[in-house]
Amino acid sequence: SMYTKIDDELLEDLEDILIGSDIGVESTMDIIEHLKNCVKTEKLKTPDEIRIRLKEYLKEIIHTDDETDDSNMKTPTVILIIGVNGVGKTTTIGKLANRYKTMGKSVLVAAGDTFRAAAVEQLQVWCDRAGVELIANKEGSDPAAVIFDSVQAAKSRKADVLICDTAGRLHNKKNLMNELNKIFRVVDKEYDTAFKQVYLVIDSTTGQNGIIQAKTFKEAADIDGIILTKLDGTAKGGIIVPVQKEIGVPVKYVGLGEKIDDLQPFDSNKFVDAIFE
Amino acid sequence: MIFESLSDKIQGTLNKLKGKGKLTEKDINNAMREIKLSLLEADVNFKVVKDFIKTVKERSLGSEVMESLTPGQQVVKIVNEEMIKLLGESESKIDFSDDITVIMMCGLQGAGKTTTSGKLALKFKKQNKRPLIAACDIYRPAAIKQLEVVGKGIDVPVFKIEGENDAVKIANEAFKEAKKKGNDVLILDTAGRLHIDEALMEELQQIKSSLNPREILLVLDSMTGQDAVKIAEAFNSTMEISGVILTKVDGDARGGAALSLRAVTSKPIKFVTTGEKMSDLEPFYPDRMASRILGM
Ligand SMILES: Nc1nc2c(ncn2[C@@H]2O[C@H](COP(=O)(O)OP(=O)(O)OP(=O)(O)O)[C@@H](O)[C@H]2O)c(=O)[nH]1
Ligand SMILES: Nc1nc2c(ncn2[C@@H]2O[C@H](COP(=O)(O)OP(=O)(O)OP(=O)(O)O)[C@@H](O)[C@H]2O)c(=O)[nH]1
Ligand SMILES: [K+]
Ligand SMILES: [Mg+2]
Ligand SMILES: [Mg+2]
Repeated sequence: SMYTKIDDELLEDLEDILIGSDIGVESTMDIIEHLKNCVKTEKLKTPDEIRIRLKEYLKEIIHTDDETDDSNMKTPTVILIIGVNGVGKTTTIGKLANRYKTMGKSVLVAAGDTFRAAAVEQLQVWCDRAGVELIANKEGSDPAAVIFDSVQAAKSRKADVLICDTAGRLHNKKNLMNELNKIFRVVDKEYDTAFKQVYLVIDSTTGQNGIIQAKTFKEAADIDGIILTKLDGTAKGGIIVPVQKEIGVPVKYVGLGEKIDDLQPFDSNKFVDAIFE
Repeated sequence: MIFESLSDKIQGTLNKLKGKGKLTEKDINNAMREIKLSLLEADVNFKVVKDFIKTVKERSLGSEVMESLTPGQQVVKIVNEEMIKLLGESESKIDFSDDITVIMMCGLQGAGKTTTSGKLALKFKKQNKRPLIAACDIYRPAAIKQLEVVGKGIDVPVFKIEGENDAVKIANEAFKEAKKKGNDVLILDTAGRLHIDEALMEELQQIKSSLNPREILLVLDSMTGQDAVKIAEAFNSTMEISGVILTKVDGDARGGAALSLRAVTSKPIKFVTTGEKMSDLEPFYPDRMASRILGM
């Protein structure tokens, strides 16, 4: 009948929106399948009803109980920032340092990227902007040693938060992933009283490669949260849907620009609405 | 390897077709659905996928194919031809006919412009050229320092004006410097920017109109998903790019962006970058890529 035709077209339209936001084929098919069931069981009729139901469902699967409430963050906390090359790790550290400092926390930053050209100088600029201290060694030195020094400094200064930068690394580089492991071991061993958080940074423009990134970084570390950067562009960041499925952790923050306050706690409502804009 | 999983899947589908003596419309439809999913999983833009599938399907259902003795082979041939069309046909080289060949790098934040500027300079140096790289990124913290470290590592001079907040002026001064010092290639490293940032896109246009670069290369991260098309379209329509450099292909990205780009800009991919070392730059051979995807 005419109605089923309209429904098929509508479903294909919705499918395109989901695929177009990088949610990926598999998750999209699951979501559309679920929606079809809803249409039947909940007797949804109009395109509007269907669209609203889809949004609700997306919010359900993206939302986690563990929303970002860093105002009552346990201290001392060590935060490790990891991710592939160029996603926005160093910039996000500047923003986080500023955010925590503004909340009244004492913040220390560790220059754990000793590899990338001028990584330390870049981070120093951010620390100056945020008004926090940076612990750094020479370019080319062992990143685990910088983290070791930073942990000692954080302990002796009784810093509330230590945020550690790491070099960008592609998930398939075995030796670099092992290096990450070494860094985690230093923190575990040297600062077992601290509360630890590992955040994986993902660029909103990332396609299906994001799933492998999540899977492989998870093998190297227990990830506690995702930070989704560059959401100020036209990309929707839908890759976090399969990524969350893969590693089962919440999105903590989103990056919305290159300025120090362009960071916000993740909001699943805003996020889902933006997919349909 | 780039395209590896796409290649495995498409070859699987095509092999099933090849084996068949006779093809029904249903066989074709099933195969096209499989190819469609493989392309989407590889991050090819969904609109590009739709067009590709439509064309292949129409050609495959034509009587020459359906009535031929080896219909499966014919379909494989059609997929191959359409794939080559998507990727572009042959390697496209840099044109060095100017006294000073100006090459302008542009793209989103973190795509790999600064690193790739160094890689290109090293490549040209090995071809006995005398490159100069200009630090036109006035925004990113320590951008100049980063480029200086890169330049030092490959022993290529870097032009900078510390504290200058006009990127257009830096580009112009760099050109004068190149003339003075006898450099025959000038690579402009520009700041990362969003394609929707009008003020920053305007800055690029101004550099373009004052130096009229021989090459305007869009540097694009190969891990980019569906947005690649919007990015490329926007840079191409404001800047009229001459080509694309696809970076970080060492990260086993599915490579879908590579397949989408040409469809929307009809501009070639000139190089791919394969790592963080300065020598990790390779020319891009579209025909070889197509063959690799299809295992031919
Ligand atoms: N538009 C936009 N740009 C961002 C955002 N976050 C970071 N950037 C930019 O992205 C680029 C890369 O950021 P970095 O912080 O250097 O990224 P990284 O992950 O530390 O990079 P590597 O250390 O090289 O792996 C810079 O130009 C940043 O200004 C964001 O939320 N929006
Ligand atoms: N693995 C790998 N990393 C790369 C490649 N090309 C660049 N990178 C890394 O990607 C990150 C970003 O590179 P940059 O050259 O700083 O990128 P950019 O486009 O200049 O960044 P902005 O100036 O902030 O916009 C750095 O960590 C580089 O080392 C590549 O081919 N493979
Ligand atoms: K967005
Ligand atoms: Mg960094
Ligand atoms: Mg740069």
